[in-house]
Amino acid sequence: MFTVNRLVPLAWRNLRHDRVRFAVTLTGIVFSVLLSAIQLGLFVGFTRATSEVISHSGADIWVRSRGVTHLETAAPFLERRRHQVLQVPGVVSADPHIVRFGNWTRPDGALEGILVVGIDLESGLGRPWNVVRGRVADLDQDDAVIVDELYATKLGIAAIGDTAEINGVRARIVGFTRGIRSFTTAPPVFTRHAQAQRYLGMATAQTLYLLVRAAPGVEAAELAHRIELAVPGITAQTTDDWRGAQQYYWMFGTGAGVTVLIAAGLGLLVGVVVVAQTIYAATVDHIREFGTLKAMGATNGYIYRVIIEQAVISAVGGYAIGMAMAHTASALSQRGTTAILLPWPLTVALFGITVGMCVLASIVSIHKVTRLDPAIVFKG
Amino acid sequence: MPPAIAVSRVSKTYGTGPTAVRALIDVSLDVEGGEVLLMMGPSGSGKTTLLSIMGGILDASSGSVRVRGEELVGLPERERPRIRRLHIGFVFQGFNLFPALTALENVALPLDVRGERGPQARERARVALERVGLGDKIASHPADLSGGQKQRVAIARALVGDPSIVLADEPTAALDSVSGRAVLELLRDLARSAGRAIVLVTHDARAIAYADRVVSIEDGRLREGAHEAAPLLAGATH
Repeated sequence: MFTVNRLVPLAWRNLRHDRVRFAVTLTGIVFSVLLSAIQLGLFVGFTRATSEVISHSGADIWVRSRGVTHLETAAPFLERRRHQVLQVPGVVSADPHIVRFGNWTRPDGALEGILVVGIDLESGLGRPWNVVRGRVADLDQDDAVIVDELYATKLGIAAIGDTAEINGVRARIVGFTRGIRSFTTAPPVFTRHAQAQRYLGMATAQTLYLLVRAAPGVEAAELAHRIELAVPGITAQTTDDWRGAQQYYWMFGTGAGVTVLIAAGLGLLVGVVVVAQTIYAATVDHIREFGTLKAMGATNGYIYRVIIEQAVISAVGGYAIGMAMAHTASALSQRGTTAILLPWPLTVALFGITVGMCVLASIVSIHKVTRLDPAIVFKG
Repeated sequence: MPPAIAVSRVSKTYGTGPTAVRALIDVSLDVEGGEVLLMMGPSGSGKTTLLSIMGGILDASSGSVRVRGEELVGLPERERPRIRRLHIGFVFQGFNLFPALTALENVALPLDVRGERGPQARERARVALERVGLGDKIASHPADLSGGQKQRVAIARALVGDPSIVLADEPTAALDSVSGRAVLELLRDLARSAGRAIVLVTHDARAIAYADRVVSIEDGRLREGAHEAAPLLAGATH
């Protein structure tokens, strides 16, 4: 266990001696870490889910109608813009792409919202990934769609060949993906571009996006700027910028992310309060011992270290248990439509936050000991 | 050679204005190395206040206190721990042992505070425990020791850093007569063998037999001599 090169590991001994209090402290930290990790993991999961279609598109630049703020509500433009884009030096390809909300009628007649994703099968951009049943190439068949198996029950289908309707037009399952989640309640349904136009009632000359590939060595941001100058009425953004705008819209523009972050913050606050209370109570219980240390000639720094060591030991123990539970929850969430993602930078950051939180919580105790009159040791 | 502790015209007043309490009034006292000084007096007479001032725990309102030649009165708070670490060991009425630590760890604590760590420091703590007759109790926790044993651990702790002065506040108050005598003998031997100055605050009349000098304090004023203390002891003898 953690101690700072001491002849007498007083901090650890004190914690071990007050087992019940140590257990209460650990419990407070565990739940604080667990709550914060899950909320932050949800935030990361939601954030990624808002932009999965963009992140996996493989495009360098996304072109859309001017004024469109987020992925799902793009305004159509004529495909002839595609030829204008292709004429911009540095553009290798510009392929039509559709993403828009639609209505899915289950075989039992129930309605569900979906996100229709129409891809250009020849381009290779914007295709579904993690296909576990069927083939992307099967989308060239009439009415063919690919859905994620996480949403099979929601969509009322179970196997390849099952049928439903999208906006009243027949849809037939030709494949399943695994783990493509939606931030909204509308799961992505992949189909080929022409089929998506039919589902969404768009003219054959219309599209919602162009997915652009830049020539090797051409800087995407600079090329996006040139496309905007060359083609009127459109916005061109690099995939990274568009993903950021989409994530910002859903997480902060709608307030959804703020709610999750507030919950995470409250989790940390609860942890600080619990730890502060228990460490303070422990300090008060040991106040005569701290007075004795002062009488022995211990400096304030020595005593602070004992208190902070107690806080750090509690933090490390509570973090280890809490994070183990959070990672278990994260692993279990992979089977559901709401993913709790705990990337290692978040895991490391939470360690620092937990230790910092516990050290912060010990300041009240340090203040108490600083004001301690060592003459307390003579009171019998 | 200067005395181990030289107290000169020390006064201590708690509070200010009409509610001020004068705990010590113009007290002067020297304690030599190797001497056992007994300080007696009724409760509230100022004994513990004087002990606290001699140990650099309280600051005097006026006067001078020199510990091994270093002036304590007016010394900044941050300087006092160094004086206590170097020169002074304390023995308390309530033992003030750390319940979470073993006897050995309790004794080793002053060394840890001084930054002395490693096997040699541990060995010093073990030797100090053996010296007070508790070599077989190094792994025991205070809860597993008798009152007399606890006080002997506390004495070992006070001595492990080899201080030249030991200040003991009612060291026998919580002990039975046998244990009390053993502790007094131990303190006297420690004064004799290493030339330490031992200042003993007590109500225990048995302690007079182990003292080289007895002073009494009454209403904050010091009186020298056992005969002065005798009337005070009449009602306080165990």
